[in-house]
Amino acid sequence: MTAAPVAARLLAFLTRLITGVRARWVGSAPTSAQRVYYANHSSHLDTLVIWAALPAPLRARTRPVAAADYWDRPGLRRWLACEVLNALLVDRSTGSGSREALHRIDQALAAGDSLIIFPEGTRGDGTSIGDLKPGLYFIAHQRPGVELVPVYLQDLSRILPKGEVLPVPLLGSATFGAPLTLAAGEDRHAFLQRARAALIALGEPT
Amino acid sequence: MNLLTDPQMLLLLGGIGGLLALSSAIGWVLARRVRDEQARLVVANLNARIRSWWVMTAVFVAALATGGLGSVILFALTSFFALREFITLTPTHRADHRTLFWAFFIFAPAQYLLVGIQWYGLFVIFIPVYAFLFIPVRSALAGDTEDFLARTATIQWGLMIAVYCVSHAPALLMLQIPGYQGQGAKLLLYLIVVVQLSDVLQYVFGKTLGKHRIVPKLSPNKTWEGTVGGIATASLIGAALWWVTPFSPAAAGGIALLVCVVGFAGGLVMSAIKRDRGVKDFGTLIEGHGGVLDRIDSLCFAAPVFFHTVRYFYT
Repeated sequence: MTAAPVAARLLAFLTRLITGVRARWVGSAPTSAQRVYYANHSSHLDTLVIWAALPAPLRARTRPVAAADYWDRPGLRRWLACEVLNALLVDRSTGSGSREALHRIDQALAAGDSLIIFPEGTRGDGTSIGDLKPGLYFIAHQRPGVELVPVYLQDLSRILPKGEVLPVPLLGSATFGAPLTLAAGEDRHAFLQRARAALIALGEPT
Repeated sequence: MNLLTDPQMLLLLGGIGGLLALSSAIGWVLARRVRDEQARLVVANLNARIRSWWVMTAVFVAALATGGLGSVILFALTSFFALREFITLTPTHRADHRTLFWAFFIFAPAQYLLVGIQWYGLFVIFIPVYAFLFIPVRSALAGDTEDFLARTATIQWGLMIAVYCVSHAPALLMLQIPGYQGQGAKLLLYLIVVVQLSDVLQYVFGKTLGKHRIVPKLSPNKTWEGTVGGIATASLIGAALWWVTPFSPAAAGGIALLVCVVGFAGGLVMSAIKRDRGVKDFGTLIEGHGGVLDRIDSLCFAAPVFFHTVRYFYT
């Protein structure tokens, strides 16, 4: 018996407590289909929030793709990332690093894992969603059987904005939309535009 | 005062338990009798509300039973959740982050600490004076001037309504009423019973007799029939419960009427805020009711008025 599964439950509970996050499934249901959840990024809490919003059985099979420069530090962070979250740590520093990152993402998908990615590449200020990096297109192209599910995270940048250490306990939400697949003949630019529009549409009031 | 040995308290609690049991029975019968889809939804929501009432009553009674400390902690948590719902719904900026941290983790706990140690002099001015003045200063230091007054006022308002006003409910325990020493818990229970019964009865009268809306643009559920019927009935019940309070029967009726009218005003104001923000409920924590703030909107207004009325006339 290791500490990691216990820590995982505790971490999921604490995340839901602090962020008050509710999962709203509007275009898809929490099923065991292999998926890549892609979300807007504005807070260090984002990774944890999507992970914690998933039902426990899905959580165990879903790996957050996280930046090695933040998570791969000796001590608690690395233990959390590697043992508890089972994160896929990638290097985002250099050009060749991003090819390496895509390769590792593809390997994880080949192994049957679901993933959580933030295709903007970095955290925004929470007011708008930036352009998506081509990695998302690469996944859609290479792995047509994997569902790409947009996840809109609301108010996380108000709970823990960029550059702050202490969270303010507002109520965040994670909205899971309808899965996207690459249309026949759709080029990279058009697909990324469509994926971004799907994310933005989820954030608009209904 | 020991809750379990006070006959009046036990009688009142027994009455509440009986009322809840009766409601559950009615809900059970209604669920079996309704046919059309619209009515089915209303009854399903009614039964969800009744189930939540059982839970809320159990939590509240458990807090009362531990004496003063339990009540203070319960209302502190209530304020915390209410403030969370309020601030989530209203626009604040990135520059307000530290200010909000103060509101949640310094001002709100400090206010309840003052209730706990029964420091009346500071309790009554701490948020209206010190938090009020500190909040714009902290936000100004952050340097973002866009919508400055609106942002500042929002945070001040949130603290006033969700923390300051609500804290007057457990503050009833600090009142020293001649001939009624150590029985503040009964006064707190009395306030909650009258305010919540008024809400429930307005809902019941509104659903059964409601026709003429008071402010159609604001809330379709607030009708003259529901409001007058609910407030009148709750005030009569408040008068009939005079024996748990230090009031005479007539005074109990008058105070109950005041509390119900002020509570209605609170519900109206909170509806206006929700309507402006384009939402139906403040949150989702309490099944059938919405958020914490949806449940305590009338209490927010009624608690300080009740507190000061009792303090002025009876201490």
